[in-house]
Amino acid sequence: MSETVKHAETTPEVQQPWRELGLKEDEYARIREILGRRPTSAELAMYSVMWSEHCSYKSSKLHLAQFGQKAPKTDALLVGIGENAGVVDIGQGWAVTFKVESHNHPSYVEPYQGAATGVGGIVRDIMSMGARPVAVMDPLRFGPADAEDTRRVLPGVVAGIGGYGNCLGLPNIGGEVVFDPSYAGNPLVNALCVGVVRHEDIKLAFASGRGNLIVLFGAATGGDGIGGVSVLASETFDDAHPTKRPAVQVGDPFMEKVLIECCLEVFAADLVVGIQDLGGAGLSCATSELASAGDGGMTVWLDRVPLRDSSLAPEEILMSESQERMCAVVEPAKLDAFLDICAKWDVLATVIGEVDDSGRLTVQWHGDTIVDVPPRSVAHDGPVYERPFARPSWQDALQADDPSSLPRPTSGDELRATLLQMVAAPNLASKSWVTDQYDRYVLGNTVLAQPEDAGVIRVDDETHLGVALATDGNGRFAKLDPYAGAQLALSEAYRNVAVSGARPLAVTDCLNFGSPEDPDVMWQFAEATRGLADACLELGVPVTGGNVSFYNQTGDAAINPTPVVGVLGVVADVRRRVPIGFGAADEVVLLLGEARDELGGSEWAHHVHGHLGGLPPRVDLAAEKALGALMAAAADDGLVTAAHDVSDGGLAQTLVEMVLRRGVGASVTVDDVAGDAFVALFAESVARAVVAVPADRVADLEASASSYGVPVTRLGNTGGETLVVQGVLTVAVDELRAAHEGTFPALFG
Amino acid sequence: MRVGVVTFPGSLDDADARRAVRLAGAEPVALWHADADLHGVDAVVLPGGFSYGDYLRCGAIARFAPVMEPLVEAAHGGLPVLGICNGFQVLCESHLLPGALIRNDHRKFNCVDQALVVESTATVWTSGYATGQRIVVPLKNGEGGYVADEKTLDGLEAEGRVVVRYAGGNPNGSYRDIAGISNERGNVVGLMPHPEHAVEDLTGPSTDGLTFFTSALKAVVGV
Repeated sequence: MSETVKHAETTPEVQQPWRELGLKEDEYARIREILGRRPTSAELAMYSVMWSEHCSYKSSKLHLAQFGQKAPKTDALLVGIGENAGVVDIGQGWAVTFKVESHNHPSYVEPYQGAATGVGGIVRDIMSMGARPVAVMDPLRFGPADAEDTRRVLPGVVAGIGGYGNCLGLPNIGGEVVFDPSYAGNPLVNALCVGVVRHEDIKLAFASGRGNLIVLFGAATGGDGIGGVSVLASETFDDAHPTKRPAVQVGDPFMEKVLIECCLEVFAADLVVGIQDLGGAGLSCATSELASAGDGGMTVWLDRVPLRDSSLAPEEILMSESQERMCAVVEPAKLDAFLDICAKWDVLATVIGEVDDSGRLTVQWHGDTIVDVPPRSVAHDGPVYERPFARPSWQDALQADDPSSLPRPTSGDELRATLLQMVAAPNLASKSWVTDQYDRYVLGNTVLAQPEDAGVIRVDDETHLGVALATDGNGRFAKLDPYAGAQLALSEAYRNVAVSGARPLAVTDCLNFGSPEDPDVMWQFAEATRGLADACLELGVPVTGGNVSFYNQTGDAAINPTPVVGVLGVVADVRRRVPIGFGAADEVVLLLGEARDELGGSEWAHHVHGHLGGLPPRVDLAAEKALGALMAAAADDGLVTAAHDVSDGGLAQTLVEMVLRRGVGASVTVDDVAGDAFVALFAESVARAVVAVPADRVADLEASASSYGVPVTRLGNTGGETLVVQGVLTVAVDELRAAHEGTFPALFG
Repeated sequence: MRVGVVTFPGSLDDADARRAVRLAGAEPVALWHADADLHGVDAVVLPGGFSYGDYLRCGAIARFAPVMEPLVEAAHGGLPVLGICNGFQVLCESHLLPGALIRNDHRKFNCVDQALVVESTATVWTSGYATGQRIVVPLKNGEGGYVADEKTLDGLEAEGRVVVRYAGGNPNGSYRDIAGISNERGNVVGLMPHPEHAVEDLTGPSTDGLTFFTSALKAVVGV
């Protein structure tokens, strides 16, 4: 039996393990103040997990508020920050909901299950908005590619993402794979999901209507993901109780697939008042969030929760992060219909509670009250920290150490060797070893997928309406200047969506940082959020939701600050999407935008010299906006047959990828691009793209570019079986392909 | 012509198969695993996916689904049946086709645009192709290695029942590069690659897969 409220009232002196549960002394005192007594062990468990950094955003809240305060005016946002995921209007009565989240720490401990359940969790977030999930993407970061631990973590993470996502039937349409020593021991596994929903079908997480029922459906509850809370169980129970619970959850994608279909059928039949997924903090989170967003209170009969392990203590049931579970609020008159649909899909469904007008969340355990709290105090009134931050003492020295003194290749032979070295660099090499383990075809609506600049999904078969998505983030840039680094992440994702022929609409972000208790890291975080909020305002794309992941560090060594930014765009007619590959010979190759001698934080400095210093490329959001507008117009008018952004690895990498995509070569000159051939080929200046244009449309494109104020440089023509940079180098397509595609198989088998 | 597409719990490419049927000019009919009734359809597609999670041997549970009883009987009677990927695995488990599908030899899930050679056009599902025609359709699976004993393999080849063979390299260790086979009568065909994902220029690597569906339409209604 568990400790009752009555018992807690009469034993105020009992020592409780609040410190072991991660609470601070003042937080524990505040819980006592809220309740007017000491918490029961179940209440303590709920507060401790809901007031954790992961659930309460206590260190980041103050900074994240800028995303609301500085949000650009837009009519596109139907549901903003605070719900399970933001919802964006894409026209024709369709809406899209999308969000990126981290599953970093579990993926280091147990790569396969950590990554798999990361996919599962974000998919349920999307489902809880009433949407059908239609695609996933995975931005990943690992330690050095040749490090032994990377060989453990990466294959496991990729297999986990594939094993779960493939079985779920969601196409994986993009993402990133980036290596840097700063991620050794702290890999980043971010997962993004996008779903579509008709405007009238959007669902929200709230429990209203006295007498309505709380139905838990999906998998039974087990002991997985309980982690730290086992300390309570071992304190409360005798030795016979299993004490050590696994901290990493285990996923069952088949259950999630039937849960998706079951939910969609339930939504279509209009059988729920509110819905919430069970993710971090399990039932504690779902019940307190549903109740506090509703208009009354809630009673939960915890002993009715179906269990996989009958020895679980009530505290553990409240904490369990068992996967593939959802909570619905259902009117009593609709309960039978709801349960019928669950039975059709063989999904376990159990009434575990009821909405009431008490204003309290109470949890009963075999007739005893073990939790009696104001739900808002658990879900929303957690502590808010004003963490101290200060510009790191080393920041100036880092910025002063610019790459100008690094030896640069000058001769044709040197440049040719550098180009081949770069296209084979782990960060620039073909990622097909990874992405071929993901199903990109399922659902039959994938118009573009990796290695394209953006994933593009058809939403409507009849009207050809679609959406485009890209995620980007450059931790090296953010380390050099976190304000600019966050803006550059947005800038690149925005560009990737725009060059694919889409109009950028909204943003989701996953902010991966070290410990917020370190003022250096907190400064990086403050700068990055400020930079991102400012840039979102200027580009007119609001942040609709996302996630913060702190404590990505080993000892005192934090990861490079890594804001990963996802941009969603709308494509009015997916038949006009623009692929990256040259498709035919004798088309004209043009560079849009301007290059400068910008190599600070570049892939060249990193890969060739192991150097990180100086300043990142200059942010130019106005130029980015102009390029985006030009590309949208060019796609509408069918002016370009291929387009690819210039970013990591510079113009050289862009040209190589355009050539390799479909095996059509090109001959170009870079004499008019920048100061010298090296800068022209490897600088990473922003707001640039290479396009291929049929010869008879070049004048039209140039006129359009001029009207948007985008500089145009003629590079050359497509065709042949080589990439020629006139007067500099010539490489056969086959040789490029061998270099570009050989790296991953050599590293990972 | 009405073509049934069976949905098992865990089927993933059922909607895609229905779309392919529609694009071929036939009427797709959704069939449910728990309903032991084919509702008078003229042909059936068993789609790709992970029926029942495929936690046991792939397709091993699906073969016991109620819908399989009338399906197996009708297939013996000549009903055109196409099993794609998981559907192929179900057909093997149901003994409508010989052999079995095992884990890829490289132990990874593999999603690629796969070149195939159509070797038999004597089936209901491939009559629209030319013998020896090279096509490209997506292949995506973790357990796509086709295996059978030597005698069975010799028999399949001797009887012209190897319908499609992998070209340009064997992607998964399938014996004799076999990608798909048929029964003796040619009405039941199973293959690991996904013709239903190659029916539109917009979403597939080609439209080569459409001919599977138009072939069946022609065989049934004679147009």
